[in-house]
Amino acid sequence: MTDTPMTSVTAPPPPVSGRNPMASVLIHAALIAASIAMIYPLLWMVSASIRPEDEIFSSTSLLPSSVDFSSYIRGWFGLDISFGRFFWNSLVVSVLTVTGNVMACSLAAYAFARLRFKGRNFWFAIMLGTLMIPYHVTLIPQYVLFLNLGWVDTYLPLVVPKFLASDAFFIFLMVQFFRGIPRELDEAAMMDGCSPWRIYWKIMLPLSLPVLATAAIFSFIWTWDDFFGPLIYLNDMNNYTIQLGLRTFVDSSSTSDWGGLFAMSTLSLVPVFFFFLFFQRLLIEGIATTGMKR
Amino acid sequence: MNTATHASAADIAVERHQSVRARGRLARLWASNAPGYLFLLPWLLGFFGLTLGPALVSLYLSFTDFDLIRAPQWTGAANYVRIATADPKFAAAMQVTLTYVVLSVPFKLTFALLVAIALNRGVKGLTFYRAIFYLPSLLGGSVAIAVLWRQLFAGDGLVNAALSQFGIEGPSWISHPNYSIYTLVALSVWQFGSPMIIFLAGLRQIPTDMYEAASLDGASKFRQFYKITLPLLTPVIFFNAVVQTIDAFKAFTPAFIISGGTGGPINSTLFYTLYLYQEAFGNFRMGYASALAWILVVIIAIFTAFSFLTSRYWVHYDD
Repeated sequence: MTDTPMTSVTAPPPPVSGRNPMASVLIHAALIAASIAMIYPLLWMVSASIRPEDEIFSSTSLLPSSVDFSSYIRGWFGLDISFGRFFWNSLVVSVLTVTGNVMACSLAAYAFARLRFKGRNFWFAIMLGTLMIPYHVTLIPQYVLFLNLGWVDTYLPLVVPKFLASDAFFIFLMVQFFRGIPRELDEAAMMDGCSPWRIYWKIMLPLSLPVLATAAIFSFIWTWDDFFGPLIYLNDMNNYTIQLGLRTFVDSSSTSDWGGLFAMSTLSLVPVFFFFLFFQRLLIEGIATTGMKR
Repeated sequence: MNTATHASAADIAVERHQSVRARGRLARLWASNAPGYLFLLPWLLGFFGLTLGPALVSLYLSFTDFDLIRAPQWTGAANYVRIATADPKFAAAMQVTLTYVVLSVPFKLTFALLVAIALNRGVKGLTFYRAIFYLPSLLGGSVAIAVLWRQLFAGDGLVNAALSQFGIEGPSWISHPNYSIYTLVALSVWQFGSPMIIFLAGLRQIPTDMYEAASLDGASKFRQFYKITLPLLTPVIFFNAVVQTIDAFKAFTPAFIISGGTGGPINSTLFYTLYLYQEAFGNFRMGYASALAWILVVIIAIFTAFSFLTSRYWVHYDD
């Protein structure tokens, strides 16, 4: 327990003494069966996207009779506007969101974790309270506000709130991490006449790269997957994100082009899968230490 | 005359002295508080402008008729009265959502707990299994997965193709009003990975010497689970249950994609949030939708309060 919580979570489990080899085999068999059942739908979708169109519904097997990438080309150009545009839009929104979240939330978290000011505990409690409020309560007045500002059908309603630290969850995550950084470091810097800004910029942020990365990755994935926000604020197809593009594809081709639909669905999962592959440890630690929802 | 001017000069001097001292106090107050508030400024702006302000406005709107074009018309409690007494769609949405919550949360948590316990026995390849089980949680919120689900449970979908191997002819699960909700429950249970990871972290905190002592005393594995694991894990179970339930109340995307935005067939997938969306952005009944939003808040608040109140009877905390 002297270790930081971040490492103890992924440490290997204690060895179980006197384990029955038969039980171990059974457990492995059950786990393997469960793993296959869990990822079968995903693998099936990938294989459906690369098999000849007429084979998609005739076979439950994962192996296509021949590999055929034409679904990707059909899907990419399946709507009036190519999927390249939707991917680009999603990337723009996600990158801006990540920037806003990391900047604004780390500023607030530094204030809560390190600075002394009147009302700090009060505001901290308020911040925690906002985590509980379902966004539906603010949805309609926010929409009216952004409508009057002329922001509907732009990315501003999706992005500007992040620069005002609207995802308070990340503030909480960062406060937890900042509190674990030894106070002696910034106290010594303060003795040397360092301003709070310099301490934040030169000491806290460089020491907090793991939590900043965790927040950035989750923020990217949630924004990439977000459907509700774009659905409400974006009308012009030129502005659609990938999720809206997929939804339009489902509506326009629900019975005809399953191959193209699965190809684009598979592509839309690639960025998230990439983060899963390379930053799995950070993601799992983030969930285990804070109880993040996804 | 002379004395008066003297007196006033003295007064001015005293006043000046006091104001200098006051300014000094102000300056100190400023110096000690300004950095904190400056760092907090973006969040404070967001809190007042995007959370507190809008929440109060939506409370006001919930007592009005508002269609975005004309100014809101005050109607008193009419929206709430209609919701409570004369809105069959509200009743349907409530029933669908409660069914979804009551079925998906216990199944999801049970799976998560069972798999976490199996993985915590020191199995080889823990990180591999954990990754596989976690993947659906990470991908599950996207439209692509909802699209996939719609195909899996369609009349000619993968599930029925698999069932036909056993000679069973399944219905079109998605478009049958009796079954459609269960496909959404299955989608939610499939994403048991993140509560599983939290359970794993919780299991790791239970000291192993407790089990050693128990098995020396001859306690069976089942008894150890029932008497050690489960009680010590209740805080984590409690946490997961609250978080997952609130999340289930807020579910939107899968129902929207699977039903094409209608909540059909026959309102069988009309999640509460989907109904709220239809009222606000389909029918532009913004006042009515605001009332629906506040009812959702009250339901979630009542549920959360209830969980915390009952927690002391079943959640085990170290003193």
